[in-house]
Order: sequence, then C-alpha cells, then structure tokens
Amino acid sequence: MRKVYNKIEEISGNVITVAADGIRYGDLAVVTSRYGESLAEVIRLSGEKVSLQVFSGGRGVSTGDEVRFLGHPMQVSFSDNLLGRIFDGGGRPRDGGPALHEDLIEIGGPSVNPSKRIIPRNMIRTGIPMIDLFNTLVESQKLPIFSVSGEPYNPLLARIAMQAEVDIIVLGGIGLKYDDYLYFRETLESGGALSRTIFFVHTASDPIVESLLVPDISLAVAEKFALQGKRVLVLLTDMTNFADAMKEIAITMEQVPSNRGYPGDLYSQLASRYEKAVDFNGAGSITILGATTMPGDDVTHPVPDNTGYITEGQYYLRNGRIEPFGSLSRLKQLVNDSTRLDHRAIMDGMIKLYAAYKESLEKKSMGFRMSEWDSKLLAYGEIFEREMMDLSVNIPLERALDRGWEILSECFEPAETGLRTELIKEFWPTKE
Amino acid sequence: MTEATGKVVGVNGNMISVDVAGNIALNEVGYVRLGDSRLKAEVIRIRGSRAELQVFEMTRGIGIGDEVEFSHELLAVQLGPGLLGKVYDGLQNPLPELAEKCGFFLDRGVYLDPLPRAQKWEFTPKAAKNTRVSAGDTIGTVPEGIFEHRIMVPFFLPGEYTVASIVEKGAYSITDTVAELVSPDGTTIPVTMVFEWPVKRPITAYTNRRRPTEPMITKVRLIDTFFPVALGGTYCIPGPFGAGKTVLQQITSRHAEVDIVIVAACGERAGEVVETLVEFPELTDPRTGRSLMERTVIICNTSSMPVAAREASVYTAVTIAEYYRQMGLNVLLLADSTSRWAQAMREMSGRLEEIPGEEAFPAYLESVIAGFYERAGVVELRDGSVGSVTIGGTVSPAGGNFEEPVTQATLKVVGAFHGLSRERSDARKYPAIHPLDSWSKYPGAVEPELTEYARKVLFNGNEVGQMMKVVGEEGTSLDDFVGYLKSEFLDAIYLQQNSFDPVDAAVPTERQRHVFKLIFRVFSGRFKLATKDEARTLFNELQLKFRDWNGAEWNSDDFSRIETDINAALDASIEGIEHDAESLVAQTRKAE
Ligand SMILES: Nc1ncnc2c1ncn2[C@@H]1O[C@H](COP(=O)(O)OP(=O)(O)O)[C@@H](O)[C@H]1O
Ligand SMILES: [Mg+2]
Repeated sequence: MRKVYNKIEEISGNVITVAADGIRYGDLAVVTSRYGESLAEVIRLSGEKVSLQVFSGGRGVSTGDEVRFLGHPMQVSFSDNLLGRIFDGGGRPRDGGPALHEDLIEIGGPSVNPSKRIIPRNMIRTGIPMIDLFNTLVESQKLPIFSVSGEPYNPLLARIAMQAEVDIIVLGGIGLKYDDYLYFRETLESGGALSRTIFFVHTASDPIVESLLVPDISLAVAEKFALQGKRVLVLLTDMTNFADAMKEIAITMEQVPSNRGYPGDLYSQLASRYEKAVDFNGAGSITILGATTMPGDDVTHPVPDNTGYITEGQYYLRNGRIEPFGSLSRLKQLVNDSTRLDHRAIMDGMIKLYAAYKESLEKKSMGFRMSEWDSKLLAYGEIFEREMMDLSVNIPLERALDRGWEILSECFEPAETGLRTELIKEFWPTKE
Repeated sequence: MTEATGKVVGVNGNMISVDVAGNIALNEVGYVRLGDSRLKAEVIRIRGSRAELQVFEMTRGIGIGDEVEFSHELLAVQLGPGLLGKVYDGLQNPLPELAEKCGFFLDRGVYLDPLPRAQKWEFTPKAAKNTRVSAGDTIGTVPEGIFEHRIMVPFFLPGEYTVASIVEKGAYSITDTVAELVSPDGTTIPVTMVFEWPVKRPITAYTNRRRPTEPMITKVRLIDTFFPVALGGTYCIPGPFGAGKTVLQQITSRHAEVDIVIVAACGERAGEVVETLVEFPELTDPRTGRSLMERTVIICNTSSMPVAAREASVYTAVTIAEYYRQMGLNVLLLADSTSRWAQAMREMSGRLEEIPGEEAFPAYLESVIAGFYERAGVVELRDGSVGSVTIGGTVSPAGGNFEEPVTQATLKVVGAFHGLSRERSDARKYPAIHPLDSWSKYPGAVEPELTEYARKVLFNGNEVGQMMKVVGEEGTSLDDFVGYLKSEFLDAIYLQQNSFDPVDAAVPTERQRHVFKLIFRVFSGRFKLATKDEARTLFNELQLKFRDWNGAEWNSDDFSRIETDINAALDASIEGIEHDAESLVAQTRKAE
C-alpha cells in the first residue's frame, strides 16, 4: 500500500505535516524535494493530520513536494554481508559497496523479557588497571565514557574494542567528526578487526535528524547477531549528540521541556537503547560502550545525569586519565570475587587511601604543615597516579594487583592500610 | 450499561485519543485492536465524547480509525493464593510464563493468567455455616509455602452476609466456588479463592490503624541503630546515581525481618532484577530455612518496558502488599525508583498538555506521592490480629540535587530519610547514608542515650574536621584531634558496612547492641596520649581490630578472642572517662 501526497500543510524545523489517511504510527515515508529524497517517520497522528520528522531535515522542503508513504516502519537489512561494511546513519552504503535490501528487519523492537536474561559473569580484560582492577568491565555491560570534548574518549573506545575478546564490533557514530571516523577505521584495520566490524556512521556534517536512527539501527543489527550466539560489542559515540537531536525535535513539536530544554522522556528514550545490552539465556550477548560528552564538564547536565541513572556505571575521563572518583562499574562485584582473593580489598583499600591523599593535597595547597601521615599519603598518591591511573600503563589484572601490594608496602605500615589481617599475612610483600 | 466502543482519532507517543460512543469511566481499561492482537490501555481523561488513553504497549502501527473496546473494569490485579514467588510485569503479567510462550522478547498484546488456574490448594474451611461475615473476614485457609493464606470475603462486598454454604476440607483450584454468601436482600454470592481489586484504591478492610512503633530490623547497622524504620512505617532513599540505592534495597530485601517482601523494580535496570530473580531461589531465609523466593513477589517494569505500565506497577505492588497485610502479616514493599514512576506521570501529563508545575511535573505530584505512601501502615484486623505494610522508596533526583519536586514531596510524607551522599560513595564509604543529614522519627534498636552520645561524637568530629581545613592539624588541640579520630573511627567500623562480605552484610540487632557497648567504651574513654601521631597510630590499630571483629562470625571463638584482645588494648590505653560521658557510664554499669 503506497500512498502519495503532494500537499505539505506545515513545515516547522525538521517536522512536516500532511493530511493523509490510512497511515500508521511509526510508518516511514519518502519525501522528494528538489534537493533529493529523504526518509521521514510518522511521529504524531491527529485526525487526518500526520506529522513526520524528515531525516535529512526540513530545509529546502517545499509545500508542493511529494510525500510517499511506504506502509512500514524503519527497517535495515540483516545478514553476514554487513560485516566489514560502512553505512551512513540511514543505512545507506558509505563505502562505495552495494546497497543491501535482503532480509529486512525492523529497528527499535520490543525489550527483552527480564526472565530471559542471565547474570553477567565474564570479565572483559582491557589491560587498563583503572578498569580491570578498580572498575572491571563485564560482558553485556552498558557503560559510557563521561568526558569533556577534547579528551581522548574515542581512542579509549578503540583501544578497548581492540583488546576485548568479542565476535563482532558495531560502531555507531553520532555526529562523529570525520577524522575520528577515519581514526576508528584505521585502528580497527591495522588491528585486523575490520572484517568483523560494521559501521553505521553519522558524521558531524550529516543532517541532524538522521543521527536519531543510529543507535536503533546499530542495536537492531547487534541483537540479531547476539541471537545467533555472537558476542557483540556496540560502540556509540557520542550519545550527547543523539540527545540533542531529540531535544530539537521535541522543541519543534512544542513539547513542554522538563530540564534545560530536554524532553521529559529523555530518560525513557535513552533507556530503551542502553537496555538492549544483554546476556541472553541460551544465545550471545551485547555489550554497549558509549561516549557521553558533558557540556561544561558538568555531570549534573541532563544528558550525563540521565545516562548515569541508566547505565551500569561510567568511566570518567579527565586530563587523559580515568578518574577513580565518579568512575564506577556496577557489575564489577559479579566478577571480582573469582579473579583473585585480594582483588576487592585492594580495590577498596587503594581508593580509600587515594581519597585521603586528595585531602592531604588540599591541606598542602593551603599551606598547612604536613604531618608524617600526610607525607606518606602524598608519596603514595603520586605513585598511584603514575603507575595505576596513567592510561599508558598496559598490564594484566594480576600484575596490577601485585603492583598494588608493592606500592602499599613502599608507602605504609600494614595497619595503616585498613586491610584485614588475614590478607596482609598472605599478600604483604616481605622485604628482602 | 451499554457496550461502549470507540475509534482512534490521534496517536502521540503512548497516548491515543479516542472518539467514544457509550459510557466509560476514568481509569477504565480499554483495548485497541491491532490486527489479531489487542493492546491494553487505560482511560486517563474524558472530555465529552473524546477520551485519552495511555497504552500499556508500544503504539507503533496504530492508525486512525482503529477500533477500541472498553471493558467496564478499572485497572485491577487478581488476588489469591499463588502470588508468592511470582515475577510479574507492572500489569501482573507473569514474565517467566510469558517467556515460555513468546521467547526472548516481550511481545505486545499477550496477557496471561497471573495465577495458575489448574493448581490445587488444600482448603480448610474456617467459617461455619450461618455465621455472619463481611469484607476481609476469613472463610478458610490454604497453605502457601510457610504461610497460612487466608481466603477472605472479597473486599469489594459491602455490608454483612450470611455463610449459606461452605465446602468440605479438600483440594480446590482458585476458581472453584468454596462458599456461598447470602446478602440481607437474599442474593446469593458465590466465593472463589480469587478476586480482583482495582490497584489505585487502597484496601481498607480493617478496623483500626495503629501508630508504627516497632522497629523493622534491616540488619544494616547505620539504619537499625541510627535511622531506624518501623514496621508499617515509610522511608525514602534519595541519592545520585551510583550512590548505592539499589544495593541497599537489595540487601534489605534479603535480610529484613518481615514476613513478605514485594520488590517493585520500577523503571530502572533489568539486570538488577535478574540478580534478585536468579539468586533468591538459591538463598535460604535464615528465619524460615526456606528459599527467599517463597516470601518474595517481584513486580518488574524496568526502564525499557512501556512507560504507562511503569506508572501502574507501583500500584500493583502496593495492592498485593495490602492483600497480604489482611492476613496479619508484616509486608515490606521496596520501590526502586519512585522517581521513574513520577516521570511516567510527567510524560503523560505532558502529552495531555496539562499546565506543568516545577520541572514539568504535574501539579498533582505531591498529592499522588502522599497518597501512595499513605497506603503503608499497621492495621488491626477484624479478628484482632495485626498486619503491616512498610514502604521504602528510592528517589533518583535530577543532578543528585535533593531540592527537586519528587524528593521534596516525598520528604514531606515519610517517617525516615536515608539520604545518600556522593562524597561518601566516591570514597567507597558504604552504605553511603549521610550520618548528619539523614533522620528518622521511629525508635531504634540500640539504647537511645548511647546513640545520642554517638551522634554528638559525629557532630563534634565533623566540626573539628571542618576547623582543621582552616587551621590545619597543627592548629588543633590534641583533645579536639582525638575527638575527630573517634568520629572517624565510628564511621569506619560501624557506619560503614561491607554488603559483599558474608558476615558483615547482615548484623543482627543483638550484635549491634553488643558491639555498640564496646564502641561506647572507646568514645567515653580518655586515652593516654602524648602526640597526635601517637593518637593516630592507636586509632589505626583499634580500627584494624574492630574491622577484624566485624568479619568474625557472631558468637564464634574468633569473635570472643578479638573482643578480649580489644578490651586488653583499651585497658592499656584508657586512663579515665570523658566528663560528658560519666553519668552515662554509671548508668550502663548499673544496667549490667
Ligand atoms: N553497600 C555497598 N557495599 C559495597 N559496594 C556498594 C554498596 N552500595 C553500592 N555499592 C557499589 O556502588 C554501585 C552502585 O550502587 P547502586 O545501588 O546500583 O547505586 P544506585 O542505585 O544509587 O544508582 C554498586 O554496583 C556497587 O559496586
Ligand atoms: Mg539504582
């Protein structure tokens, strides 16, 4: 059933309204203007008025342009032919390869029945002590990197992707800088991972509304692979751009904003994407790593704030390091009890001491005399930052734990560490 | 009443507008026909012949002109034996059964029986023929796990009835008629073991409400000792993300000394529910020796599930809680997070284009929150037994700032406030309940004089800490510094509690009282100390000993050995008693 209309009644921002009948909520249409064709999606029905968001934007659309309804919601082709391919936000080839039309699947499907999930149990090793030791990443986790723009969040994502043992990588670029897109491609290529990677890349110069499709397309494809038993890693960068695109549409639709212009359903919208992360009972898994840039380095900004409430922790990237405060992996306790006996104690103990170091540092900066204890903490903090926090450190978890004990014994007496006696007996390095 | 029908005239997100022919009620359930399936919806506004409905499913594919049927029933849950151990979505759809039918995903428009129809229950009649009964009276019982599940006169029956007949002891399914009641005007009403109750109306088939005074033991020291919750009381846990709201509720759901726990996972992560779902059947309840799942009902409407059903889910949960209260049981309802429920209301209010209040929440937010917490309480039933519903809700304030509508509206109505702090969780001080900002109006498990004294120690330590930031350690007197160390000590070994340690995770009240006495010894003591470094070393050692003590099994050899060791260390270092503690010390001595 294809219906064609030639009279657009209203054009406001990226939303157009036509009078039409027999149209269903969520259906797609093709809008043809003198600048070419664009997909559009039905976002409101009111009597015979149908409002659509136009993916390539409302600019240049004229009231006489043609709107052709396709009679189905947004779909994407799914098969192994996707592997190694690069598409734009709307699913069109970006790599000069053929367009794919076979085996179409709907995007933005229903959520997983919670009783079909299993408790995540596999650690994803990254070689980064701030992750492996202090905030362990777990298969099927959803976790963003919080950072201000300018921080190396994309290189960090690429590094984790290369190190993680997964079957398939889906990269969803949302307002991605072209250079960053090239960086991802080159890194994955030189690491030999390109053939198991699929790109859906919306770049900064592409129409904004199109970015809204990227998470859903990426996750729909990931979900199908996961159902085939694959372990899939989805990278979404940058989700703040996604939220901003939603904000734009909401304002056009005259929705009452809840907080700094963002729509009241921002939380639900973000959640319906992030919650696609899953470890299926009897099939594969989806792990989601995102980038969430924080305008003004403000975690209370609605986008990082709502994200933090949804995701299973976050890595807080600042000054090129993963900050121990603010960073969190909520799933770490599911795996760090079976790594090594001392893992949890070292994890908590070293962070508590680092927090104390920060206090001493503050006292020092205010010109107070440093007690013996302060001096110990200052020495500790410096070593901790250099040997644990620096992103250039690349060592396995076990080595990082050993190094942790060494650092503690270099800086403190056992009783000062706050660690329990039994652990100290077993792990405290004996001085030769 | 005539059959009401309607046609869709608008779709906006999960709200549809419908032109209606016939009479409909607010909160009535309607179904949108979509191909072969019917999507459940609830009437949320009526204006003339136009009604707005919130659809409990994804609305994709709905079109103008689609048919809507109305049910004449308000949104309701089924009450009867078999609720315990179940995992439902916000509309009481059983999720494991749904998975069996539909597989991995939550398909739209599939609604299954919440309670197993075929299962037989061993019914024992309790009401004799010709006795007079009214709503909530017990007519028989069936064993449900460890409980005697009361089969009651349905709560919606007004006035008095006479038992005309009642079946013999035996096995029946929930839809079998077990008794017949006759009303004064002679109508006969068959009673089965199951009936429906509209979720948005409180169940009030009791004689009396009592003031909540008896503590509800959570086995979290900071709560039981300092910010206690009462059976039948209400409390809230606001906190920024990652501060530990969910973990705190999870451990409470395991260790709380109540009969039944209803977990309402409202608009948050599915993964967190899965942990409960998978682990509870394996965990034994130390009070009963049975699996924890047998005392638990899970209502799970997580963040990616339909928003309208999220709004309904807290009502579904509290209705089930009230139902078991009618059996004289103590029920705890844990809702995580009430903010998501409030946001669901906000989304709908926005679509209805109501005049928004602060942060776009609807103007009626406060009264709705108050109405929800009012459903908690201790009640006296008609047979003299007493039951309670305790409600604990987490709040997820935007930006972690408590000055926002949901936190503020909640604080007005609850009896205890466990405010989680970002500073404490960043420093891994769990549970991150702020010891100075939080409060409780309920009596606790440890002698109030002692906790009062401990509060002073904390307060004083905090003052000294603030002062030290200005004048430095060198500008602080040794006495003040020791006061500071005492408060740090209390924080480190009593307020903080390791939820992932098998022993420390749950501390019975007896142990709390016992340990607190020894802590009081530390507080009240004047120590022989010459320098601050000496003081720090001493308190580090004390901390280590107490931490080891916390890890030792209650009443084990290790426990007594460490206790003796601590006492010896205190004997050696204490030279007198702090002035402000003298009378208290004398008092506690006398008590012993
Ligand atoms: N009592 C606790 N003991 C140890 N770790 C905790 C505790 N509470 C929280 N945490 C840590 O903090 C993380 C976040 O806690 P969670 O309860 O999920 O936060 P919230 O619900 O407030 O967002 C947990 O995954 C865990 O790693
Ligand atoms: Mg939580």
